[in-house]
Amino acid sequence: MTNLTVSRSTPASTIAMVALGTAIIILFAAPWWAGRSELRLLGEIFLYMSLATLWNFLAGYAGLVSVGQQAYVGLGGYMFFAATIFWGLSPLVALPIAALIGAAISAPVAALIFRLRGAYFAIGTWVVAEVFRLTFAQISALGGGSGTSLPVSVAQSLADGRDAREALTYWLALGIAVVVIGAVFAFLRSRRGVALMAIRDNELAAKSLGIDIWWTKFTVYVVTAGLTTLVGGLIFLQKLRISPDAAFSVNDSTAFVIFIVVIGGIGTLEGPILGTLVYFALRETLADYGTIYLIALGVVAIAIMLFAPKGLWGLIRGHRGTELFPLSRRVRGLTEKGQ
Amino acid sequence: MAAILELAGVLKAFGAITVADDQSWSLGTGEALGVIGPNGAGKTTMFNLVTGTLPVDGGAIRLAGEDITDWPAARRCRAGLARSFQVPQPFGAMTIFENAFVAATQGAGLAPAEAEDLCLDVLDRTGLLRKANTMAGGLTLLERKRLELARAMCAKPRVLLLDEIAGGLTDHECKSLIETINGLRSTGISIVWIEHVVHALLAVVDRLIVIDFGRKIAEGEPRAIMDSREVRKIYLGIEADA
Repeated sequence: MTNLTVSRSTPASTIAMVALGTAIIILFAAPWWAGRSELRLLGEIFLYMSLATLWNFLAGYAGLVSVGQQAYVGLGGYMFFAATIFWGLSPLVALPIAALIGAAISAPVAALIFRLRGAYFAIGTWVVAEVFRLTFAQISALGGGSGTSLPVSVAQSLADGRDAREALTYWLALGIAVVVIGAVFAFLRSRRGVALMAIRDNELAAKSLGIDIWWTKFTVYVVTAGLTTLVGGLIFLQKLRISPDAAFSVNDSTAFVIFIVVIGGIGTLEGPILGTLVYFALRETLADYGTIYLIALGVVAIAIMLFAPKGLWGLIRGHRGTELFPLSRRVRGLTEKGQ
Repeated sequence: MAAILELAGVLKAFGAITVADDQSWSLGTGEALGVIGPNGAGKTTMFNLVTGTLPVDGGAIRLAGEDITDWPAARRCRAGLARSFQVPQPFGAMTIFENAFVAATQGAGLAPAEAEDLCLDVLDRTGLLRKANTMAGGLTLLERKRLELARAMCAKPRVLLLDEIAGGLTDHECKSLIETINGLRSTGISIVWIEHVVHALLAVVDRLIVIDFGRKIAEGEPRAIMDSREVRKIYLGIEADA
């Protein structure tokens, strides 16, 4: 027994973490090597990667299949606008404040919709998002149904000059992707993450082994809501304009995100990241073909659900459980003992 | 011997079918209690009631004198009540070691380092160490049953509820299972064991209760119970004087 150790990293995960660190450094320097349009594309990729990671955290790990995450994307946008326009906060302060408000609002929402299960829960989340949309359409100070634009002074307060602003919003998007993926990774590595993965696999066994399922799911829901609100704030800082229909769009904030997670591989950290890259590769090559682009996305989704139900990462992962983010625990030294 | 687990008039019915009919019995500290009865008698249901995965309709359940009747399942486990499932419920996408680790960190509330040591020790004792890194979803039924026992042990229970873990074992495996369970008893764990493999049960338990149609129909010294007419008639399904 004495020569047995438990280790969390594998050679593959160590290489992956080093590669990820290098990639973040190279991407951080993008404003010096990339053009304005590439910068915008990368920024959008990071935001979708964040949304996909968060939706996967909710649906893939906690089993909370929500089709209403646009509620928090939209809330983030509106809270960000309200905080900068009415309260005169700097955009950099307004973003975390929006996230805190999102998390605070999500707690009573969770208490309400957690009474629903499965498909009813999914519909319930959508209803909540519609309620949010209709509510913000009533607030005339924020433009009511037609929406409002971010005052030029707010955008200008971000940085001097257009290039500097573009670079700063890019860094914010990169930073948020790092924060979101890092936060989900840290959660999954913690004691509560062990509980969450147990719930993902078998709820009956999980509760019989001392895991409080409701409380664990509640925590995941609130954390996800807060971070989704943060992403939403940044999305609308980039767009500079908000309206209820754009803010609470089930297509932009949830449908494409579900597509990304499903093709990438649900219930793994790697899946949504891979899925985002595949989605943007498809979009950048096919978007000019109009309707055919959406048909192609549909065909890809159907093909993957039929032939690789665990997504592309599920195929790569295989039965050996290869992982890039070190989450598992492996016992080392078994063969040396000749067992 | 103070009672560690006590059922007082526990009732449960699914519609017109009574699955726990005024069940009262108690388990002494350090005692091993065997439970037998025909299929469908309500033995597993009784475990579901005790562990809280099923709410009772009436009566009370006490753990070390504390009323736990209204406690959720998770709290009962943390208070020292762990079970193995008759139909194994592994965490399929986790390895055997990680399955055990869940029990040690959540049920027993251990810190990671302590939990790792406990899991390795328990897996060694249950013969699963060799397969520690195997995904639980790909195990044979026998291995899954062993994992059920290992996982329950890793929750560091005061009372361990075992549900048919000896079925399908070879003689040699059965012997080592009996050794493992007797080893657990020597550490002071109290055990309730539902089992159809009577000779394994008799090698461990101090006392036997017989359940039929949700009722406790006999209780007492194992050999005497097995020899009684009533048990032979109801449990073995043969007329004693036929």
